[in-house]
Amino acid sequence: MYNAKAVIAGILVFAVLGTAPFWAGMTGKEYRSTGIIPPKDEKSCIENAEFMRAEHMRLLNEWRDEALRGENRVYAASGGKKWNISLQNTCLKCHSNHEEFCDRCHTANSVYPYCWTCHILPGESK
Amino acid sequence: MFVSLLLVLLIGAIAWAGSAAGFASLFGVALPYLAAAVFVVGMIRRMVYWAKSPVPFRIPTTGGQEQSLDFIRQAKIDCPGTQAGVFARMFLEVCLFRSLFRNTEADARAGLPANSGPGSVYYSSKWLWCFALLFHYCFLLVFLRHFRFFAEPTPQWVTWLETLDGLMQIGAPRFFMTGGILLAALLFLLGRRVFNGRLRCISLVNDYFPLWLLLGIVCTGICLRYFDKTEIAMVKIFIMGVTQFSPVSAEGIAPLFFVHVALVSTLLLYFPFSKLTHMAGVFFSPTRNAANDSRRVRHINPWNPPKQYFTYAEYEDAYRDVMAEAGLPLEKEPDRPAG
Amino acid sequence: MAKLPTPQELIATRPPFPEEHWLDVRPEFAPGSFCYPAKKETMELLHMPNPHEWDPAAEDWGLPENWERILCDAFAERLEKHRSLKLFMDICVRCGACADKCHFFLGTNDPKNMPVLRAELLRSLYRRDHTVLGKLLGRTVGARGWDKSVVKELFHYAYQCTECRRCSLFCPYGIDTAEITMIVRELLHEVGLGTHWIMDPVKNCSFTGNHLGIQPHSFVEIVEMLADDCETVTGIRPKTPFNKKNAEILFITPSGDVFADPGIYTFMGYLLLFHELDLDYTLSTYASEGGNFGSFTSFNMAKKLNAKMYAEAERLNVKWILGGECGHMWRVINQYMDTYNGPAPDNMTLPVSPVTGTAFTNAASTKMVHITEFTADLIYNGKLRLDPGHNDHIITTFHDSCNPARGMGLLDEPRYVLKAVCNNFVEMPENTIRERTFCCGAGSGLNTEEIMELRMRAGMPRGNALRHVQRQFGVNHMACICAIDRATLPPLANYWAPGVTVSGLHELVANALVMTGGKKRTMDLRQEDLPGAEEDGADGREGGE
Repeated sequence: MYNAKAVIAGILVFAVLGTAPFWAGMTGKEYRSTGIIPPKDEKSCIENAEFMRAEHMRLLNEWRDEALRGENRVYAASGGKKWNISLQNTCLKCHSNHEEFCDRCHTANSVYPYCWTCHILPGESK
Repeated sequence: MFVSLLLVLLIGAIAWAGSAAGFASLFGVALPYLAAAVFVVGMIRRMVYWAKSPVPFRIPTTGGQEQSLDFIRQAKIDCPGTQAGVFARMFLEVCLFRSLFRNTEADARAGLPANSGPGSVYYSSKWLWCFALLFHYCFLLVFLRHFRFFAEPTPQWVTWLETLDGLMQIGAPRFFMTGGILLAALLFLLGRRVFNGRLRCISLVNDYFPLWLLLGIVCTGICLRYFDKTEIAMVKIFIMGVTQFSPVSAEGIAPLFFVHVALVSTLLLYFPFSKLTHMAGVFFSPTRNAANDSRRVRHINPWNPPKQYFTYAEYEDAYRDVMAEAGLPLEKEPDRPAG
Repeated sequence: MAKLPTPQELIATRPPFPEEHWLDVRPEFAPGSFCYPAKKETMELLHMPNPHEWDPAAEDWGLPENWERILCDAFAERLEKHRSLKLFMDICVRCGACADKCHFFLGTNDPKNMPVLRAELLRSLYRRDHTVLGKLLGRTVGARGWDKSVVKELFHYAYQCTECRRCSLFCPYGIDTAEITMIVRELLHEVGLGTHWIMDPVKNCSFTGNHLGIQPHSFVEIVEMLADDCETVTGIRPKTPFNKKNAEILFITPSGDVFADPGIYTFMGYLLLFHELDLDYTLSTYASEGGNFGSFTSFNMAKKLNAKMYAEAERLNVKWILGGECGHMWRVINQYMDTYNGPAPDNMTLPVSPVTGTAFTNAASTKMVHITEFTADLIYNGKLRLDPGHNDHIITTFHDSCNPARGMGLLDEPRYVLKAVCNNFVEMPENTIRERTFCCGAGSGLNTEEIMELRMRAGMPRGNALRHVQRQFGVNHMACICAIDRATLPPLANYWAPGVTVSGLHELVANALVMTGGKKRTMDLRQEDLPGAEEDGADGREGGE
């Protein structure tokens, strides 16, 4: 091999960068479950759990638009049940502990929604 | 072109069907491991393959004035005379695509008023540079953003990147500009291969396939984020299982995710055997990574053959008489006086 | 020579791209599209492999029986020898940035003259034998096997590339088609395919020292004649030292300057300049060719011809070598010489100008200095008396030769000299000069008569740029620093921008040079009357003729 020093240095850099996702995984903590604690006294959310997990951000976005831009405060869920469109009064009524619920997934997945730039965090004094 | 599109669709369809049929761990665990191994080992082998051949001659393409007399200004980067200059040149080349930035478009016309006759026109043409640069940087940023799935806790810099990337605060989940630009850049790069006659002529399956593959990756990625969402908390648990070498069940993750992973794996598998090796190759380029100092410092060719040439002695033997006649000084006088 | 189309026709008649895929198109060998083949005796004399008589226009090129084996092995061997080749075969992404940078492509619109496709001709063969995907998938991934028509194709396009490296400047990975062309030509020589216009000069340079094969006594005679002409013009007969031992400097220039108009005037320029400086120098009849036709053939042939320079420098015990104006000669000297035949003999020392005391540290190892570096230094230090008024009848532009521009970076030295000796200097458009310069269209051994139309096509970008400054700024002269340019640019100028004359830089230097004890100039080195010198120049004519 010619120019071995430079080539080997290059190969090492490549090998480290090329396997970076594994290094990142190995150097961090384990992540085996989300660790969220759902509200204890409620069995069902607005829609089914699978939908809520994947699509809650879209629902919230739609709710915001409905309530503030469409002045519509009623949401008919797929089961037919009607809900009052309100983060504060509907969602946070059950999901009152944002640290154990919202933040558990959000922080782990680096999701920082801007809900709380307008809304007051539940449990936070006025 | 369509062959490579079909191939990418086929890979996607197999991954979809396979993961829906319960082979998710094949596409989500085994394939990525294989792909990562082939990618890393394959690229190292390619670099060693290149390095096994010497650079016999010092052949930088000089892009400016050489180091010369004191009163003549050297182009220290485009025609480097030192290692520092080479470093700067390589930096510009690798990070800013310096050479591509020079790009022009040439046109010849039988009648050009300024020439009152035939003439050539050169336009600055930076589109390729612009979109190539956008593509590469956005791809890098998108890759870096994925570190939120690779490590727990998510590194702080990933969050900064995401804040910047989602600065427009459009929609929820927030729209990442890099994803959109990446898609646009890929469509540009594909479009010029399809619509430009010259490019169509030189393009091979080898060129369309990676483009379609990347488009597939970007589209499934965008889809997974904005449209057909899968629950990312589960995805992170799954991916962390892979990066920490203790895979977990893929239960509850949408098949589209496995299509995304399978396409990325295909890219990694294809990488070391394709033109994509230019990623490492650009650093090896002998017309860029050497200083133009071959008159000042002797460059060694390891296979330099022995000197064989028509020596002066042979030359004088052949022409001694006529040389003597012409009054040229000789090493050995002719046997008898000339003439 | 067939009649040439007009420049307008030439541009308008460039054919569109063929419909078929390029892998299915084969070049036609019509007269005018190829250089004449090298003679069998020439190849034999040079110990080239598989010498044979053949005709490019014929169906059968008389390749040796095991031609495919030879080529495959030779290719594999080149891959082991040149990292550049492996790399350039592997990493091209076919972005197409090189396509319209090539003068041959611009002039012919032949897709295979796009540098990327020129390289693909070889790359397709590389894929089949040296890549996994090519072995598995064949033509689907652009791989193909050798066959005789592929050999013909390689020959066709390896001799429609002047190794000018313009594409490599624009390539994002610096892929250098010159490197590929050089290697393709090497491969072709392995099966006995070469061109007359290259191999004949190679033979001559090898055995007589200059490319026309002129023997030592005639060479001396011609130089003496040029010295006589110098006397006619200036009243001073310059010294013509030959094969002089222990001189300080050995001067080597392309031999074309001794034989061919207008190179001879450049040579006269050198003689006058050196005489005026009273330089302790010598010419050599043995190493009388600076140009290296071997570099158009193979690396080893280039080495072989180049070896004479150091050999002669050692024999004559000179301190350093001064090199004349030449293009590929300087590519070889700058990038290959020291590697080929170095280190320089022990008697040689760091080149120092005996006139100004400037040390040419940039040539510390090869110990060979370019004449324009030498002259620019003289002018900077005020060691030359110059009257640029002698060149006032010309408005000149400057043609950067490919090799000094992109293989050396010699851009400002000649301009510095030119501006000092000419009052009227105009640059051609910026995309056609300096490192982006366009080839004369016939470098690297293509300046042969039988492909004149092709040369004019390849010279189109340069020709148009010249025409532009001719029409816009009244340019009537083009200076250059290359012997091949001096041979190829006059017909090119005549075709694309009639009325523009071509000369070497040192012809203009000598025209402006005020010689100690010389007579008043009434004519230039070409013995053409200087405008304005008539009225008071009558006495000056006396001593001359």
